[in-house]
Amino acid sequence: MASDTPIVLIGDRAEVAPRPRGATAKLRPGRFALTVAALFTFAFLYVPIAVLIAFSFNSARTGATWQGFTLQWYERMLSNPRLIDAAANSLIVAALSTLGSVVIGTLMAIAMERYRFRAQAVWDGLLYMPVIVPEIVMGISLLLFFASIGLERGLITLIISHIAFSMPFVYLTMRARLADFDRSLEEAAQDLGADEWTTFRRVTFPLLLPGIISSALLAFTLSLDDFVTSFFVAGVGSQTLPVYIWGQIRRGITPEINAISTVMLILSIVLVILSQALQRRQSSH
Amino acid sequence: MVLRIKSFAQGQPLSALSADTSICGGRGLSEFAVELRDVTKVFGEVVAVDHVSMGIRQGEFFAMLGPSGCGKTTSLRMIAGFERPTSGEVYIDGKPMGSTPPFRRDVNTVFQSYALFPHMTVEQNVGFGLEMKGVPRAEINRRVKEALELVRLPQMAKRYPRQMSGGQQQRVALARALVNRPKVLLLDEPLGALDAKLRKEMQIELKALQREVGITFVFVTHDQEEALSMSDRIAVFSKGKVLQIGTPLEIYERPNCRFVADFIGETNFIEGKVKQIDGEFAVLESDGRCFVGRAGEGLRVGAQASLSVRPEKAQLVEQPMNSANCYEVRVHSVAYVGSDTRVIVMLGDQHFDIWEQNSLSTLDPNYFFGPGERAWLVFRPENALILAE
Amino acid sequence: MIQALREHPALRLVALMTPGAFWLAVFFLIPLGIMGVISFMSRDAQGFPAPPYTLSNYQNIIRDIRFAPSLSLEGGLSIRLFEGLYLDLFWRSIWISLVSTLITLVIAFPVALFMAQLPRRYRNLALFAVMIPFWTNFLVRTYALQFMLRGNGPINTLLRSLNLEPIELLFTPTAVLIGLVYGNLPFMILPLYTSLEKFDWTMIEAAHDLGANTWSAFTRVMLPLVSPGLVAGSILTFVPSIGSYITVDLMGGGRTNLIGYSIAQQFSASVNWPFGSALSLVMMIIVTIAAVIYFRSSRGGSRAVI
Repeated sequence: MASDTPIVLIGDRAEVAPRPRGATAKLRPGRFALTVAALFTFAFLYVPIAVLIAFSFNSARTGATWQGFTLQWYERMLSNPRLIDAAANSLIVAALSTLGSVVIGTLMAIAMERYRFRAQAVWDGLLYMPVIVPEIVMGISLLLFFASIGLERGLITLIISHIAFSMPFVYLTMRARLADFDRSLEEAAQDLGADEWTTFRRVTFPLLLPGIISSALLAFTLSLDDFVTSFFVAGVGSQTLPVYIWGQIRRGITPEINAISTVMLILSIVLVILSQALQRRQSSH
Repeated sequence: MVLRIKSFAQGQPLSALSADTSICGGRGLSEFAVELRDVTKVFGEVVAVDHVSMGIRQGEFFAMLGPSGCGKTTSLRMIAGFERPTSGEVYIDGKPMGSTPPFRRDVNTVFQSYALFPHMTVEQNVGFGLEMKGVPRAEINRRVKEALELVRLPQMAKRYPRQMSGGQQQRVALARALVNRPKVLLLDEPLGALDAKLRKEMQIELKALQREVGITFVFVTHDQEEALSMSDRIAVFSKGKVLQIGTPLEIYERPNCRFVADFIGETNFIEGKVKQIDGEFAVLESDGRCFVGRAGEGLRVGAQASLSVRPEKAQLVEQPMNSANCYEVRVHSVAYVGSDTRVIVMLGDQHFDIWEQNSLSTLDPNYFFGPGERAWLVFRPENALILAE
Repeated sequence: MIQALREHPALRLVALMTPGAFWLAVFFLIPLGIMGVISFMSRDAQGFPAPPYTLSNYQNIIRDIRFAPSLSLEGGLSIRLFEGLYLDLFWRSIWISLVSTLITLVIAFPVALFMAQLPRRYRNLALFAVMIPFWTNFLVRTYALQFMLRGNGPINTLLRSLNLEPIELLFTPTAVLIGLVYGNLPFMILPLYTSLEKFDWTMIEAAHDLGANTWSAFTRVMLPLVSPGLVAGSILTFVPSIGSYITVDLMGGGRTNLIGYSIAQQFSASVNWPFGSALSLVMMIIVTIAAVIYFRSSRGGSRAVI
């Protein structure tokens, strides 16, 4: 008993409550340290974001001293036509590229999961590549491509590019879902007299729908968040929101950027809540 | 010592019949490979193990038996060192363990899930413990080979656990523990995941293995048949307490309380009041009938008690007999199960099971009683046990 | 046509694959091919790519490499045997990316471990707390960090009001490192957490039972078993770091040049598309090597997990 260290005792006291069997005694001493480390990391992640939100309501034009609450930066943001245009562009590009990448990626996933054919491993590797290749290479190569075929940069080039980088993510998500899919359900439907198309419509598609929705959310977020690729393939009149924000930041920090950033943050939080709610609904089925 | 006497005085139903083995002590601590002295483990509000004391002798095959949640696994985990007693002390080979971590205890565990490392081959799994002790490579290789031969899997050394059947994995887990030559081998429901046939085979194999290596085995199970057939001694757990410790024979033939009688094997209970106690025997009155049986511990005249009769120790006869414990019954149902015929009769409004061994080979369907027939139930007083409530 | 599709699985396969294959080929592989071709071109009078084809862009990358062993503490410890303008650039990029990946790993692992051990309800809450930065715009987050660290930002305003010396962190290699760690943390925590959540803790008990102390149980049993998450997180941190543009610009002010930033400059400021293309392809090779390592070990890892 004399060999008891105080840390062990602290760990022990923290662990009086029943715990999952197997969480071993020997990792307990670290529990306190782990908690502290985790709290510091979460603080590191969140303090800059919280400060940014707070300062979007600060009436001071420059500097970081608090000079009173204001909503003027939000008003100014809403009355800025270039910003509204950029936001509209972002939403159009995100919506259309999501639609495209979900359709293309899902079909690809079905093909790769349900069929066995030659050179399949090559295709698998190729589909991984856009995930691995640095964004900057992707953006520049697309810029060179559009320049060499003479396609004017604009919303079309943005949508094409966004489909190109988000389709592999949809593919990977859907392929994982398809791998878990119980094919005897489809066999049961056909056994009960449904043809291939009816089976797809009434059984396969409804069961894949949660996966399709979550991969759509992923594609939508990827598109909204993208800066580097959009920076290269957007035309002068077709800036997306991140490209516009980038330009503003380069010109100097204004409280208006804080306001825009806050709005974008809230949008991300909404998307996270949506996807989490979706996952919970799925797991409850 | 003092603690144990206290717990005994508190009325912990430590076995009277095996008192000489678990309570006496004094013959030197090393008599016990493992000893628990007044060990209690509390998880939050739940008392998982409640003042348990017991000694497991060197070289013994010892089973901890009980329904799930009775504290047997927690007791095992305290011996292994995964849990620390809230109070009391665990001794291994006479030494108090205190806060000794599992990796400094001279015991090894065969986990219920086997817990084989999936990223290591069989060979690497089995050699892991020796490697941790810093045993030289050549010796590790030799001992791993020996251990795999011991469990009859020498050809599997290079495989990964997932490439093996459940029974093979189980044997690898055994080899991985035994190769370290522990003082005590702890087995947590090791046969639980195997199918019935494999289970029977492994029971025999485990028992033979234990004899061969001579290591103390402590075995947790909820399967009473397994415990009876394999162990030298059994500790019966219920609700965190040890109710009885004894040999399989003692546990089956002389259960010290109603729970043990009920949990081990099948039995009939007749509830009533104790009418008379006369030395070794007592009389129980139930529903106007009087039964004579061996007197269990703590019986008092006038108190509620139950009489326990094993179904194979009672008989049905066609005529009333002039002896104790003979009453008229009506046959309720008859089931022929091959080795014996199982009859349920009505004693008043109570069911009573009787198993008659089919020692005669016959095809006569009228050989035995049929449903609805009248018969007389009879059992010898020495085959019945009257247990205090 | 529907009849034909029903009868020939091969046709169905072609129908399913065509859109994806088309997109992959036309908008991913061909652009990379064009980039490859341009990387062998020269520049015309206006600075645009034009024949003749030449190796000079690649030669420029390895130009003036000389043997010069050195050891410096810039951007973390760095040890080098050779020196050269672009060799330095690549080396610095790889080095800073590795250091940032390592720091991110060291910070993320305890968090993931902590999360995996939480009771279910709190675990979902913690997961939510990681998901928000994970899904938040990278630019916005990096901007938030830059805002914090500015010369007249909140930290320095606070320090000044406490009569302390303000810190001049922004636009240094350290700031780039902090920015990379900050930006990539969620991408490291999530895969690590996924691996750790699935981790069977009886494995640790088994290791202890066989005489392994806490450190051996951690290195010999836990690390190999969570390696898929570890490797995935490291790749998700390393690859964006080496190609990072936003962080280098916002946190480093362009003064700490990494390959990604340098490539972008070839296409904007210096308008040297052929050279930028050559740099891009070399970076792709580096990243592909990292990816191959990833696939090798993740395949080994998943073999271990299943």
